[in-house]
Amino acid sequence: MTLDLEMEEIIKVFFEESFEGLDAMESGLLTLDATADRETINTIFRAAHSIKGGAGTFGFMEIAEFTHSVETLLDEMRNGMRAVTPDAVQVLLQSVDVIREMTQSAQAKQPIVTVGADALSGELARILAQKGPVAAAPVASAAAPAAAIAAAPVVAKTTPQAPIVVALANISGWRIEFVPDLTLFKTCNDPLRIFAELAGLGRLEVTAHADRVPPLQSLDPTMCYLSWTVVLHAAVEHTRIIEIFDWVETVSRISYEPIYLDAKHLESAAVVARAAPASPARPATSPEPAAVPVASPAKAGSDAGSIRVATEKVDALINLVGELVITQSMLGRFAEKYDPEDLESLRRGLIQLARNTRELQESVMQIRMLPIGFSFNRFPRLVHDLSRKLGKKVELKLCGENTELDKTVLEKIGDPLVHLVRNALDHGMELPEKRVAAGKSETGTLELNAFHEGGSIIIEVKDDGAGLNKARILAKGRERGLVEPDEQLSDEQIYNLIFVAGFSTADTVSDVSGRGVGMDVVRRNINDLGGHVQIFSTEGVGSTIRIRLPLTLAILEGQVLRVGKEIYVASLVSIIETVQPTREHLSSVAGRSELFKHRDSYLPIIRLHDLFDIEPDSRDIAKGLLVVVESDGRRVSILVDELLAQQQVVIKSLETNFKHVPGLAGATIHGDGTVALILDIPGLISNFLERQSGRVELAA
Amino acid sequence: MAVTILAVDDSASMRQMVSFTLKHAGYTVVEATDGVEALEYARSNTVNLVLTDVNMPRMDGITLVRELRQLDPYKFVPMLVLTTEAGQDKKMQGKQAGATGWLVKPFNPEKLLATIAKVL
Amino acid sequence: MTTDMKPTGSAQTASGTEQYLSFLLGGEEYGVDIQKVQEIKGWDTVTRVPYSPAYVLGVINLRGSIVPVIDLRLRFGLEKVPHDATTVIIVVHVPGDRGERTVGMVVDAVADVYDVAGANILPPPEALGSVEKVFVRGLANQDGKMLILIDVDGLVISSVGASRAAA
Repeated sequence: MTLDLEMEEIIKVFFEESFEGLDAMESGLLTLDATADRETINTIFRAAHSIKGGAGTFGFMEIAEFTHSVETLLDEMRNGMRAVTPDAVQVLLQSVDVIREMTQSAQAKQPIVTVGADALSGELARILAQKGPVAAAPVASAAAPAAAIAAAPVVAKTTPQAPIVVALANISGWRIEFVPDLTLFKTCNDPLRIFAELAGLGRLEVTAHADRVPPLQSLDPTMCYLSWTVVLHAAVEHTRIIEIFDWVETVSRISYEPIYLDAKHLESAAVVARAAPASPARPATSPEPAAVPVASPAKAGSDAGSIRVATEKVDALINLVGELVITQSMLGRFAEKYDPEDLESLRRGLIQLARNTRELQESVMQIRMLPIGFSFNRFPRLVHDLSRKLGKKVELKLCGENTELDKTVLEKIGDPLVHLVRNALDHGMELPEKRVAAGKSETGTLELNAFHEGGSIIIEVKDDGAGLNKARILAKGRERGLVEPDEQLSDEQIYNLIFVAGFSTADTVSDVSGRGVGMDVVRRNINDLGGHVQIFSTEGVGSTIRIRLPLTLAILEGQVLRVGKEIYVASLVSIIETVQPTREHLSSVAGRSELFKHRDSYLPIIRLHDLFDIEPDSRDIAKGLLVVVESDGRRVSILVDELLAQQQVVIKSLETNFKHVPGLAGATIHGDGTVALILDIPGLISNFLERQSGRVELAA
Repeated sequence: MAVTILAVDDSASMRQMVSFTLKHAGYTVVEATDGVEALEYARSNTVNLVLTDVNMPRMDGITLVRELRQLDPYKFVPMLVLTTEAGQDKKMQGKQAGATGWLVKPFNPEKLLATIAKVL
Repeated sequence: MTTDMKPTGSAQTASGTEQYLSFLLGGEEYGVDIQKVQEIKGWDTVTRVPYSPAYVLGVINLRGSIVPVIDLRLRFGLEKVPHDATTVIIVVHVPGDRGERTVGMVVDAVADVYDVAGANILPPPEALGSVEKVFVRGLANQDGKMLILIDVDGLVISSVGASRAAA
C-alpha cells in the first residue's frame, strides 16, 4: 500500500512541477517575440523536455507524445537550425495551453482529451516540415548538428548498426568480432559483463586476441588491448545482440555474422532491411467531441481551500507561539504562588500577553497575504494575445508585484482587473496608425501598478491611450435619461456614468468588451470587497483607473465612537483628527450644506444621526465632536457625540446572514458581547457628496 | 557496505521516482538537483554509481560526466546518463565524455534496477 | 414581492407526518419546520441597523456570528409589544443564494412540537392577504385547533432578502 501512496505523492510533485514548467515556458515564449536569447530558448526547451520525460515515466502518454513535437521544434530553435518566428511562437504558446489542459485533466484523474493536441500537432508538423528560416549562425553540416552542449569533435561512427534480418529457423547462432577501442575502460564498460549477458542467451565460445598487447614496459593497465571473437550458439534476433553491445558500440568495432545451418545460405546475403521504427499512429478519424467533464479541473496548482505559505512566515509564527507559551507559563506560575504584593509581576505578565497575542494575530494575518503578482501574472499572456487580436501594439508594465494583500481579496480582484485591462486595450488604446498620427509612439503602454497606502492597497490600471471622451459620455448619459438636459456634472461624475449597468459608448460591440455589462459588475465587485474605484482621464493622453482595497478583510484598527445610544467603529486609517468645533468655525450654505472650517479648507459636515436615524445627545454641532475623515483625497467631517476607545476589531460580515447596508462596512463584536457596526467611510463620503450635489445614487 | 548511488536530475518528480525505486531495492541514494551540486558533492565524497539526467540548468549531464572523470576517485565509477532520446549523437557525446552507458526515458523501475545491476 | 411557494423539505417521519415547532403570536399558533430551527434563545441586546424596515430590529451576536433579528409581530402587522427577559427568539437557518443564513425571529412564546400528518394540511385560504401568502404554507388541523404553518424560507427571504438595500 505504501508503495502506491508514495507514487501518488511523487506524481503530485510531477504535476506541480509541470504547471510551473508550463508557466516558465509561457513567460519565456512571451519574451521570445522581442529577442531570441539563447538562454531563454534553452530554458523553454528544458521545461518541455522535463514535462515530456516525466509524463512518459508516469504513464501520461498523450502528454508525452504531444510534448515531444513541441520539444522537437524548440530543440531546432535552440540549436540555431530554425529561427524564432512570431507564428512559431504563437503555435508554441497555444501548445502550452493544450499541455496545461491535458495535465489538468490528468491531475483531476479525468480522461485526457486530445482534440486540441491533435490539431496543434498538425500545425507543429507543418512548421517542422518547412525548412525553417535558419538563424544567423549557420550550422556546419546536417549530419551532425551542433549541439548546445560543447562537445569534443565527433568521431566518424555516426551510423548505427543496421540490424540484419534473418529467419531464426535458418541460423544456429552468431559470430561476433568485438574489437573495442583502447580507451574502453575509461568509460567503465567491462567486456566480461557483456559476455555474461550474451551467455544468458545461449552457449558462448569466446576467443581472445592479444595482437594489440604491447610489451610489458609500455603496457598501460587502464587500456583495453584485447579483442575477441565470440561465437554465440543461439538462434536469436540480431537486435537482441545489438542491444547488449549498445553501450560499447560507438567505442568499438563490432561485426556480426549469422551462422547458417546450411552452407548454401552463406551465399545469399540476408536482406538488410532497416527495422522500420513504429510510427506513432495518428488517429485517422478525429475523436468525437468528448463530453467535457462538468467540473472543470482545479486551476493549475491552486486550490481554493489551501494556501502555499512562505516558510519564513511559518517560522515567525512558530516563534511567536513559543513566546506566547512562555508568557502563559509565567502567568501560570504567578497564579500558583499568588503574592498580593506582587501585582507588578502580574501587570507585566499581562502586558506581555497582550503583546504576544497581538503579534501572533498579525503574523497569522500575514499568512493569508499573498503578493499581487499572482494576479498580475496572467496579464502578459492576455495582453499579448489580445493586442495581437486587436492589431494594436502594446507594452505591458507591471509594478509592485510583490505588494501583498489578503488571499480572498486577491482571488476576487482578478476578474475585475481582467475586465479593466480588456477595456483599456479595446477602447482606450488606439490603433498604431492613429497613435502615430496623433504624435504618439506606435506602441502604447499599459501599466499595472500596485502599492500600499495607509491600511489599503492601491491598484492602478494606466494606459496612454485615447482617454475618455467626456462629451460623448455626457451625451450618452443624457440620451439614457441618467442626466438632466441642463444638468452640470463634474468630470468625476461624468466618468462615473461608465459604471452604470449597460452603459457603453462603444460604436460596435466587440466580443472583447463593449457590451457594457462589465463596468457595473467591476464596481460592485470592488465595493463588495470594501473597496473603491475611481477614474482619472485626459482626452488624447490616457486614463487611469484607481482601485483602493482594504489590505485585509478581517482586522481593522478602529476608533469606537458613539452617536446617541448607538456605537460605531470607524477605520483609524481614515481618520485625520477629531476636533471640538467652535461656533466661529461653523457655517452653512444656502441652507443645504453645513460646513466646518478646518485649517484652510471648508469641510462638509455629515450628520450621522440624520443618516442613520438616531436620537443624538444634541443636534447642536458645537456640543458634539467632529471627526475629520478622508478617503481618495476627499475630506469631510462627521458629527458624533463621543469618542470611545481605539482598538483592533475583527471585521464580521453583515451580508452572510443579513445584507449589504450602505454606509456600513460590516460589524464587529464589542467588548461587552454586543454588536457594533463598522462605518464605511469611503462609502459615506461618496454617497454624501453625490447626494449633496443633487445627484441620485446611480448604483450602490 | 552500502552501495551508494548519486542521482542527478533537475526534475524533483524524476529524482524522487529514481530515489524511491533505488532505496526500495536497498541502495543508498544521494540526490543532486543539477550538475553543479553533484560536482560539489563529488569533490569530497565517493559513490558507487552516478545516474544523471542530461538536460539540466547550470551544468548538463554530459558535462558533468566529463568533469567527474577528471576527479581521481571517479575515474572508474560507472556513470549512466538518463536521456529521452535514443539518438546516435547523444550516445556519441555521452561516450566521448566518458559515460558508461545510458537509460532511455521513460523507463520503468524494473528496467532501472536491471540496468544498474549490470554495472555494479 | 413575489417568492416562489416551493414546498420546502421538512422532517418526514415514516408515517408521512412532519414535525413542527409551534409558537404563539398575537393569540394565534404558528408552526415552523423543526428541521430549520437551530435554537431557541432569550432576549439579547440588539444593535439597530440603519435603513431597515421596522420589523428588522437589528442584529445580535450569536456565538460570534452576526445574526439579524425580525420582530414577527411587526412583520405580520400586529401591535408591537415591549421586549423583556421573557421574550423568546427562535433562531432558524434557511438556504440562501450564498449558503445558509441564520436569522432570529421574535415571538410571544414557544409552545410545543407537533407531528402533523401531511393529510391534515390544507392549502392557505384565498382570503389571506398577499403579504401573508408569501410565507404561509398551509393550515393544519391539530387536535382540534388550527396551526398556521409557516414557510420559513419565504419568510426570511422576504424580510431580509435583497443584498442591495434600497437607499
